[in-house]
Amino acid sequence: MSSNDNKWIGESTIRPDGADKVTGRATFAADSTMPGMIWGKVLRSPHAHAVIKSVDTSKAEAFPGVKAVITSSDIVDFPIDTPFPLGIQDMRWMCRNVMARDKVLFHGHPVAAVAAMTEAIAAEACKLIEIDYEVLPHAIEIDDALADDAPILHDWMEFEGKPSNIAGVLEHTKGDVASGFAEADVIIERKFTTRPVHQGYIEPHACLVSVAADNKTTIWSSSQGQFMVRAMTALLTGLSQSDIRAIPAEIGGGFGGKTIVYLEPLATALSKKSGRPVKMAMTREEVMRASGPTSGSKSVVKIGCKKDGTITAAEGTYWLQAGGLPGAPVRGAVGCALAPYDIPNGHTLGYDVVCNRSKVAAYRAPGAPIGSFGVECVLDELAEELGLDPLDLRLKNAAKEGTEAVHGPVYPVMGYVESLESAKAHDHYNAPLGANQGRGVASGFWFNAGGESSAQVNITEDGNVVVTTGHPDIGGSRAGIANICAELLGIDYKRVSVLIGDTATIGFSNLTGGSRVLFASSMVVTESTGKVIRTLCELAAKIWDIDPDAVDWEDGAARPAGANAGQFEPLTLAELAARANETGGPIGAGAQVNTTGAEGGFGTHICDVEVDPELGIARVIRYTVLQDVGRAVHPAYVEGQMQGGAAQAIGWALNEEYLYDKDGKVDNPGFLDYRMPVASDLPMLDTHIIEIPNPKHPQGVRGVGEVPLVPGLSAVRNAVYNAIGVRFNDLPLSPPRILDGLNVPEAAE
Amino acid sequence: MAKLHISTTINGEPEEFLCAPNETMLDVLRNRLGLTGAKEGCGSGDCGACSITLDGTLVCSCLMLAAEAEDKEISTIEGMADGETLHPLQQKFLEEAALQCGICTPGMLVAAKALLDENPDPTETEVRFWLAGNLCRCTGYDKIIRAVMDTAAEMRGATK
Repeated sequence: MSSNDNKWIGESTIRPDGADKVTGRATFAADSTMPGMIWGKVLRSPHAHAVIKSVDTSKAEAFPGVKAVITSSDIVDFPIDTPFPLGIQDMRWMCRNVMARDKVLFHGHPVAAVAAMTEAIAAEACKLIEIDYEVLPHAIEIDDALADDAPILHDWMEFEGKPSNIAGVLEHTKGDVASGFAEADVIIERKFTTRPVHQGYIEPHACLVSVAADNKTTIWSSSQGQFMVRAMTALLTGLSQSDIRAIPAEIGGGFGGKTIVYLEPLATALSKKSGRPVKMAMTREEVMRASGPTSGSKSVVKIGCKKDGTITAAEGTYWLQAGGLPGAPVRGAVGCALAPYDIPNGHTLGYDVVCNRSKVAAYRAPGAPIGSFGVECVLDELAEELGLDPLDLRLKNAAKEGTEAVHGPVYPVMGYVESLESAKAHDHYNAPLGANQGRGVASGFWFNAGGESSAQVNITEDGNVVVTTGHPDIGGSRAGIANICAELLGIDYKRVSVLIGDTATIGFSNLTGGSRVLFASSMVVTESTGKVIRTLCELAAKIWDIDPDAVDWEDGAARPAGANAGQFEPLTLAELAARANETGGPIGAGAQVNTTGAEGGFGTHICDVEVDPELGIARVIRYTVLQDVGRAVHPAYVEGQMQGGAAQAIGWALNEEYLYDKDGKVDNPGFLDYRMPVASDLPMLDTHIIEIPNPKHPQGVRGVGEVPLVPGLSAVRNAVYNAIGVRFNDLPLSPPRILDGLNVPEAAE
Repeated sequence: MAKLHISTTINGEPEEFLCAPNETMLDVLRNRLGLTGAKEGCGSGDCGACSITLDGTLVCSCLMLAAEAEDKEISTIEGMADGETLHPLQQKFLEEAALQCGICTPGMLVAAKALLDENPDPTETEVRFWLAGNLCRCTGYDKIIRAVMDTAAEMRGATK
């Protein structure tokens, strides 16, 4: 269908959960209570790296008001020698992350947990748990973890036959880079570092868990996947998945950080042991110390070009911090780094490096901003060296339909070139700059994702619609689903209620993540709605006593398909629903699909900064995000994704970083010192939506949420270079670093 | 620890509660009074998710002792709408998609209302600095700032 015919797809309708969210009614995880509920609290490691020699919980157990104490012996062990994958995670690492077993691997690593009548009593009792540690030297930064004399975190980990902190390696190769570089007229090679940053969701992790005497368990928690919560909690506590009902609370931000469990298995074990519902909520400090940030990284990027700008070869080597257990987002770094370009000879290589900081979790396009950063910075320098406009250099080498990417796939139709051309023609790109101001551009890619989704579409007796899907709604996806269902049924979107089912009321649905939710859930909602429409046509056919194939569904009503079908007044959804009982019974249908056909997304950013040469403060003064989203089903929430991603990128580029003291303890575990962008730091964030529909999706959706984080780091950095003439290759561009660069420009090269 | 008996007014209604001397207003609202609209994002006054007003002044309820509510008037997000009618800020936030996950939204709305009560015609810069104590990680603030500016314009129009 052409977009001109659409009534709701492409409209910024009001979200189904909106009124609850603006009145304080919406129930987030920490807002739930139960009769008889008690509170759980985690005891965390005071050391960055230590052997746990003994744990004595007897004093805590005897403390008045304490109802249960758990340690690693209450969490199911997954032996190191037997891989146990669950999605992109491995239960061997999850069981050691939620509760340290023989070793603590980072400051803040859980070692025990207490449930007591109040949160204060639980916290007091935690102090009474006696743990004998043998403190070990720690390694946090990549160079420390890779040094010849580095403390080895895991005695079972080897790389190239030697004890190592390298947990794994991933590489992509296309062509022959050596011969590619031999053909180049200009080669630039640079080293880069990015600091670890946190997802920064405003809602700390929280859950409420009730385990009844028969093991029937209810979990209310804030996560990006109730089915992930069910599976991981079952595996870590020994319960059956069928005994667990995981209810997705409204989620107060995740950005990937809520794709794994932290508290749910602990609260479940505490509830089982105490016989009481247990509530747990992290403090902000616990979130910053112990929940998954993304990796810090170092990298070396080398790109060679002909004089006309044609890239002949490109190479990137990356080292990413995994935290205490394996699992750095190497795939995103090595897969996305060169993805926007048509490169004949390319090689990317990434190392997963364990170190004594909290285990990383996904963060919006995991790894991709790290992979992209060096590439987009080197391209900026190459453009200058060759006297080319940086967008022209990208256009010259842009991937397009039919390009074979360095990471493997051959691209279908997609809109990267359009994002570059739109950027070039944009007012922003051609606006004058003032003193101390500069402009930078960069591009980025994310895979996007399909996977398992389920939906149920039911028609109510009064002829309205209830849609249930299985994905926590993290950014307005319910509104997009309402638009699609209303469009297909030809009714007002307000007649469609969209709910997120729990694990007992909707079929299996994979995580909210990878920019997959609207892509996948609209496929199953489209299929379910199609079945409902077929049923409605059959009911009308029965009433009219004609062949069901002679009935069309149009504009919210069944109509005879043509003159030959007979002359009947249309039967509306409400009329058919009212007569459902006499014509066939309940009207509803579901679909459960392992969706495929998600195609990658591309975007280009334009950033203007102004640098205060005395204070070293770089301020973003204008920003434009241009992106091919396939189809913007709900444009306002698509823009919101583009703006939110850009804001996170600006934070990563300018301010955010984890700081550690000499004992390996995070020195800035709060919002005052871990400085995310606030309203007064940012300008308006302009968006330019490009719609090159994904041919493999019924509405043309590609996925939108991750791409807008990817180009931002380098767009900001390139803008700072343009403003002050210093190329910084280490993030963040904090005032001290900018001042250093201004004072000794050659030192920053 | 003996509890304190506090008499106060919340969203225009008289209210009494018992609290520990060291209990925060946020904990009393959420855990004793069932008013969970105010959220705890940090517990240190940095994120503004727990914003309420105390005798009309915007405060972080996580930094306020509950005992300080004695004889004061407290307003929370739960009291912002007029019955079934949303406050213009609430309505505009919905219309302009000025929320994504919604966890910062109650505090953002309470803070924005406190701004418009004091300054019905703020500049963009004034809105940005007033809301600088209310963190949002989803939106990049763009649609929030626009919604507040548009509400202010609409409310000025309505009162002319």
